[in-house]
Amino acid sequence: MKEELLRMVKITKRFHNIIANDSIDFTLHRGEVHGLLGENGAGKSTLMNILYGLYKPDEGEIYVEGKRVYINSPKDAIRLGIGRVPQLPELVESLTVAENLAMLLPGLTADSGLDYVRGIAERYGISADFNALVHHLSLGEKHKVELIKGLVRGSKILILDEPTTMLSPREVDLLFNCISKIKEEGRGIIFVSHRIPEVLRIADRITILRRGRCVASIMRDEANEHELVRLMIGTDIDRYVVREKLELGEEILRVKDLYVLDDMGGEAVKGVSFYVRRGEIFGIAGVAGNGQKELIEAITGLRSVRRGRVLIKGEEVSSPGRFRLYGSHIPDERIGLGVLPSLTILDNIALTFYKNFSNKGFIKIDKLKSYAETLIEKYNVIVPNIEIPAGKLSGGNIARLILARELSLDKDLVIAVHPTFGLDIASTNRIRKLMLELRKKSAILLVSEDLEEILQLSDRIAVMYGGRFVDIIEASEADPERIGLMMSGVIGS
Amino acid sequence: MKIKWVPCIKVERREEQSLLVRIVFRILAVILSFLFSAVIFAVSGIDPWYAYMLIFTRSFTYTGLTEIATKLIPILICTVGLTVAFKTGIWNIGAEGQLLLGAVGATWIALFVNIYEPLRLPVALMVGMVFGALWALIPILLKIKLNVNEIVSTLMMNYIASGIVDYLVYGPWRGAREWGFPYTDKFPATACFPIIPGTRIHWPTLLLGILSSITVYILLSKTTLGFEMRVCSQGKKVADYLGVPYSSRLIIAMVISGGLAGLAGVGEVCGVHRRLRYASSISSGYGYTAIIGAWLGGLNPIGSIPSTFLLAFLLTGRDIIQVSLGLPFATSNIFNGSILLSILIVEALGRYRVKVG
Repeated sequence: MKEELLRMVKITKRFHNIIANDSIDFTLHRGEVHGLLGENGAGKSTLMNILYGLYKPDEGEIYVEGKRVYINSPKDAIRLGIGRVPQLPELVESLTVAENLAMLLPGLTADSGLDYVRGIAERYGISADFNALVHHLSLGEKHKVELIKGLVRGSKILILDEPTTMLSPREVDLLFNCISKIKEEGRGIIFVSHRIPEVLRIADRITILRRGRCVASIMRDEANEHELVRLMIGTDIDRYVVREKLELGEEILRVKDLYVLDDMGGEAVKGVSFYVRRGEIFGIAGVAGNGQKELIEAITGLRSVRRGRVLIKGEEVSSPGRFRLYGSHIPDERIGLGVLPSLTILDNIALTFYKNFSNKGFIKIDKLKSYAETLIEKYNVIVPNIEIPAGKLSGGNIARLILARELSLDKDLVIAVHPTFGLDIASTNRIRKLMLELRKKSAILLVSEDLEEILQLSDRIAVMYGGRFVDIIEASEADPERIGLMMSGVIGS
Repeated sequence: MKIKWVPCIKVERREEQSLLVRIVFRILAVILSFLFSAVIFAVSGIDPWYAYMLIFTRSFTYTGLTEIATKLIPILICTVGLTVAFKTGIWNIGAEGQLLLGAVGATWIALFVNIYEPLRLPVALMVGMVFGALWALIPILLKIKLNVNEIVSTLMMNYIASGIVDYLVYGPWRGAREWGFPYTDKFPATACFPIIPGTRIHWPTLLLGILSSITVYILLSKTTLGFEMRVCSQGKKVADYLGVPYSSRLIIAMVISGGLAGLAGVGEVCGVHRRLRYASSISSGYGYTAIIGAWLGGLNPIGSIPSTFLLAFLLTGRDIIQVSLGLPFATSNIFNGSILLSILIVEALGRYRVKVG
């Protein structure tokens, strides 16, 4: 057995009366990738936050290299050689990539540190634009910067929290290569994920959490996909959504030779044309940062069109207000755009249809409340009370809240961007089924980096790369491998 | 061998604050701040117990209460107005200036305009509100059109407003019968609010204040306009995204905010002073005090009533210790400031819970 790096013993953490971690044991050895598998709310994040010093455990002990440690803050964790790549990037948005990295190294400036940092990035095969401002980067690109951050700190124990959610298949390959290199150096990696195939691919050992308890800890060789699903969700569920072909209705959305600029004034969308008809899901596959963001912003009226046209039911979209007449939108920026964290849950549900509950300028609060409660029930949003700020909800519940609001609008066009990002299998399946159901009434434009999702749901698939559609493919003729190659730019248009 | 987890004190953020917790903490804050101020009294050589007895016994007499009510009127009205702005995400620091402009507007109608007499007071009231609203409109237009930070512009406009009032009372509006004092002439009776006999309470304004807090409560929580204003507090991008007319909602909020501050100014000149005087005697910082009132009231127009009562009580207490104990103005101000600061600190601490274990 290799040397033990980390031992967490009987870790227990309660929030109010909810037990988030119930006496969990967890160990990590040198040169090991330990997969931590579980659904949303299973307790993975809590356990990792305890390890990283963000929470203190109510009970339990932590040993690093055999020595009892008390981790009171991330600073302590970093000092002990524990690094973390967060699921959602935590970078200083107004600084450049180089400046963000230079902050980690005392005494270095953005310039002098750059070569050092670049060297590390190259060693692990990570490419990044070091001079770009962080707020101009896509989520996938920011994630790479976070990974470099973890590596620059030279952590012995590296926590990767859902690292693949924002990556394309090719980027996942790169990440896995990088993980292998880190492993060879004798560091330990905790790979937190709910994606079973990826955990099976990369992990040496797998620990499965369910409802705050550790249900199993098994070696990779003893594990199989079916068994893991069963352990993770406690029951077998139908992973595949059944999809029937529908009679297509009239054309709802048409985009004609569209050009859109990004924040820096460069062309992000370069001549995209397509249409979506009622009764179909049009999926746009692609890695973040290839113009999807700008394309969707142009369609929803948030970004001005440079050239070309966006027509919904034959009418030009010039503002979000006009878009809202016919469309609903599930944005990828869930907090801040999808949900306004300081307003109450009730207010947030009402955001897009409060006018329907208005009578001479007054809101019919009682009716709105009871309607909101039905929606919450229907979409399985778990809330203690609809009068509390929405910012207090967990990520999964925030996603469901947005879906509840947007999908209940009954609009002709639904634009869904990463609708199941970060959600567990059960909620993901629910949402996918809902979208297929919705297709009977509406035209759906789906943007996702999750190729499985695109393949499962779409009737037609466009692959976006470098601001253009590489191809538009009928779902029946789609070949995942070929799409993957198009997404990574290997096959061009 | 099992090692026991070392006991430590843990400070955690409360997930949510129940109404009870919030009320308990506010009361706790007041008690704590009184203990703190006791030190200041002791340092000044005054028995704190005696000072507090004095403050409480004098405040809660008939005369004391009427004095509190008089001070409460302008603070309450400004507070309610600020609540509208704050809820819309506008940091209006300019209630002081908007109040003064309201006073100027009312004075103009009261003294310098020929008008059918029974209409003098209502018109003065409306013009005062319009002046306050216009004064508030300038910074909000600057914010919308030129992206000028409203915190700075509203604050700066307070100084301008105060300069205008002083210019008027020292200059063109100085009263002929005022022996050279920087006052305008006394308002005609038709321009003055009735008062409750034997007090300084100009009750119509008090009534308007309470009415405005109820109206604003309804506006913010029960109307589409109020809902849209609250959405605008999340920024232009969000408002645009949801199809909420951002600029117009900001303008409406600021007009209401400034209009109410203007009303408070009308109340002061037509109710209390019955003339325009130099700026610092018209308003002893009511517009600033109202900022505290709005936060203390939890940005809730109904919550503003108890919070402004507390503030008015403190101002009255300050006057009492100044007059009865002969404490200098500065010391009694320290008393006030420390009480408010303690409240804000305890309020912030109330967001956390402490666990030992």
